Amino acid sequence: MKKLQKADYIKMYSFMLKIRRFEERAAQLYGMGKIGGFCHLYIGQEAVVVGILMTIDKNDSVVTTYRDHGHMIARGLDPKRIMAELTGREDGYSAGKGGSMHMFSKENNFYGGHGIVGAQVPIGTGIAFTHKYNGEKNICRTYIGDGAMNNGQVFEAFNLAALWKLPVLYIIENNKYGMGTSVDRAAAGLDLYKRGEAFGIPGEKVDGMNVFSVIEAADKAGKYVREGNGPYIIEVQTYRYRGHSMSDPAKYRTKEELDNYKQTDPIEIVKAEILKKKIATNDEIEKINKDTLEEIKNAAEFATNSPFPKDSELYTDVYL
Amino acid sequence: MSTEILMPALSPTMTEGNLSKWLIKKGDTVKAGDLIAEIETDKATMEVEAVDEGVVLDLLFKEGEVNIPVNKAIAIIGDPNEKVEVKKEVPIEKVIEEKKIEKNIETKIENKKADIIDTPSPKIEEDRNLSSEEITMRQALRDTMAEEMRKDNKVFILGEEVAEYQGAYKVTQGLLQEFGKERVLDTPISEHGFTGLAVGAAFKGLRPILEFMTFNFSMQAIDQIINSAAKTLYMSGGQINCPIVFRGPNGAAAQVAAQHSQDFSSWYSQVPGLKVIAPSTPYNAKGLLRSAISDPNPVIFLENEILYGLKGPVNNDINFSIPIGKANIEKEGKDLTIVTYSIMLQKSKEAALRLKEEYNLDAEIIDLQTLRPLDTETILNSVKKTNRLITVEESWPFGSVGSEIANIVQRDAFDYLDSPVIKVNSADVPMPYALSLEKLYLPQVDDIINAAKKVSYIK
Repeated sequence: MKKLQKADYIKMYSFMLKIRRFEERAAQLYGMGKIGGFCHLYIGQEAVVVGILMTIDKNDSVVTTYRDHGHMIARGLDPKRIMAELTGREDGYSAGKGGSMHMFSKENNFYGGHGIVGAQVPIGTGIAFTHKYNGEKNICRTYIGDGAMNNGQVFEAFNLAALWKLPVLYIIENNKYGMGTSVDRAAAGLDLYKRGEAFGIPGEKVDGMNVFSVIEAADKAGKYVREGNGPYIIEVQTYRYRGHSMSDPAKYRTKEELDNYKQTDPIEIVKAEILKKKIATNDEIEKINKDTLEEIKNAAEFATNSPFPKDSELYTDVYL
Repeated sequence: MSTEILMPALSPTMTEGNLSKWLIKKGDTVKAGDLIAEIETDKATMEVEAVDEGVVLDLLFKEGEVNIPVNKAIAIIGDPNEKVEVKKEVPIEKVIEEKKIEKNIETKIENKKADIIDTPSPKIEEDRNLSSEEITMRQALRDTMAEEMRKDNKVFILGEEVAEYQGAYKVTQGLLQEFGKERVLDTPISEHGFTGLAVGAAFKGLRPILEFMTFNFSMQAIDQIINSAAKTLYMSGGQINCPIVFRGPNGAAAQVAAQHSQDFSSWYSQVPGLKVIAPSTPYNAKGLLRSAISDPNPVIFLENEILYGLKGPVNNDINFSIPIGKANIEKEGKDLTIVTYSIMLQKSKEAALRLKEEYNLDAEIIDLQTLRPLDTETILNSVKKTNRLITVEESWPFGSVGSEIANIVQRDAFDYLDSPVIKVNSADVPMPYALSLEKLYLPQVDDIINAAKKVSYIK
């Protein structure tokens, strides 16, 4: 397993906290009508993307679903510009034309942000194809929600990736619900990580509430893929505290279930580890908390003060 | 500093909410993420979390109070040692002022198109580099792909049977032998998957040529073509383009019936972000395919199976290209305009010969070559000269390319028209199998002649 330095612990804690504070603020702005449309929050799932982040090379590519705010923050992108995209302003990553679900940063090898369930899976496979075609040692991390695991194109992509030995790491974020339908009401066979077996793609299941488990699995899987062995599947067991989107009250699950997961809150786990290992004091943690809150507050302010796109922008970026 | 907690909008349509339950009371200390209240909306009851931190200084509504407007303050948190000023009324901010949207959007789009097109379509009869040898459309397409693959290592081809089988219609013959299996890839019968893969490769900087064995099968992949390939440049604020060519035979072949005979020209032409090309001769197939492969945008390249064997001279200069967005005036005339594309060019030419012989009508024929962006200028100039227009195409009549042309012409050249525009299309039914019915389904030379007579008021 990857050896973690003291700075890594602080990095993990800071990123996870930043994602959570960002999402809470996004929810508030949504409530104030500053963010429109659909808005899918990542609260509860922070350990997944941050765990993967700890094993990533900056030239690796990433592609994900519409629940993408946390993924962008973990990619090191500026929360101000992410929030400005959510508010549909010209400083947003997509200049206000994409919104919450469709955000990209080519210079950071972040290829979206896709609004169609499952569509990012062949796309990520194609990005991996390009890495191989160009003779690069990089891999493409392709995130998949549990809901997409019953979508045909995912299996078509698995087949192609295995057939052509493409450097793609598939990460299934199993947060237990595809919108309001629980996995056991949608998937025949609950071991989603086994769904590559028929194609010869190895898979494993990981506790996604614990960032250390995620790192261990991602490190191993990443090496396997990078060495040219073809694709690999990690199924990360996680949980979203919020509903599917902002307007979902999540009545299809019990309060006890949610509370249970909150007992193993991913951020608290890292915090406890930091204190136990005496990597930082309570005061130092409090300072991170305060700074993070401040940073996100500023992001919200930036995002609500950034101008709306100019009317003339309606007709740009249709063709290059 | 105190902060107001506002009645949140919990759905895109919510305007007011009911306060079902407070989960905090005055004097409580709340932290970001703590649950503070249950709000009932028009759709559901939802819990609301605190985003800011502080002590609850006041709850401005009681449990059970209803119809509280969105964005009205419902509680105040802050430092208890500071004096609090409660605002009486928090106006609901109108995020976006209603904007007057300019009515004439279509004109704007056409202005934009003018930026894309700069040079006219070259004329075969004036081409000094024309080959003495005639080659088939199939060879013209193959040669152009090979030429572009030699120039740019990023160009590769994938599709069903394109490599070892040498192409279901032999359009990729010899490419595997020259470029190897890394650049000429046989795919499984898996359009949705390999189209998404090719789109991802294009996002990442390769220049795929994707062959659909026929465009009928592109329906399996249409989500990736429209939602991913066509829209991502826009959705990414101009960051991620998709330089890909989707090509293959489109429309009817011979008695392959309903599921293998559809014409998709108007389907794809409707989509902003796509360019759509439909060649009609080996000459323009070569020039247009080169432009398509070089283009930084996704291009739908609609070939025709029956035309694959059509022979003609070509320009063999490896840099010869025909600009996207320019129609070709195939034949000049003064009495009426026939606008057509793809295989219907041949039938339109036959019809024009007979119109001259039998009715002394001199038809001008415009071969669109590109369907999107449409060369409206060439069409309008012709109509202004001939004052009569028919459109001839293989697609179904409802919302066809001809429908759009009729719309543009009535809008921009109404006063020039001496008769209503008439469209010639396939029958508005699925393609039948029987040879006799297939012939009835497709536009025939007689149909074109009848339409020409009608716009010319000849009985």
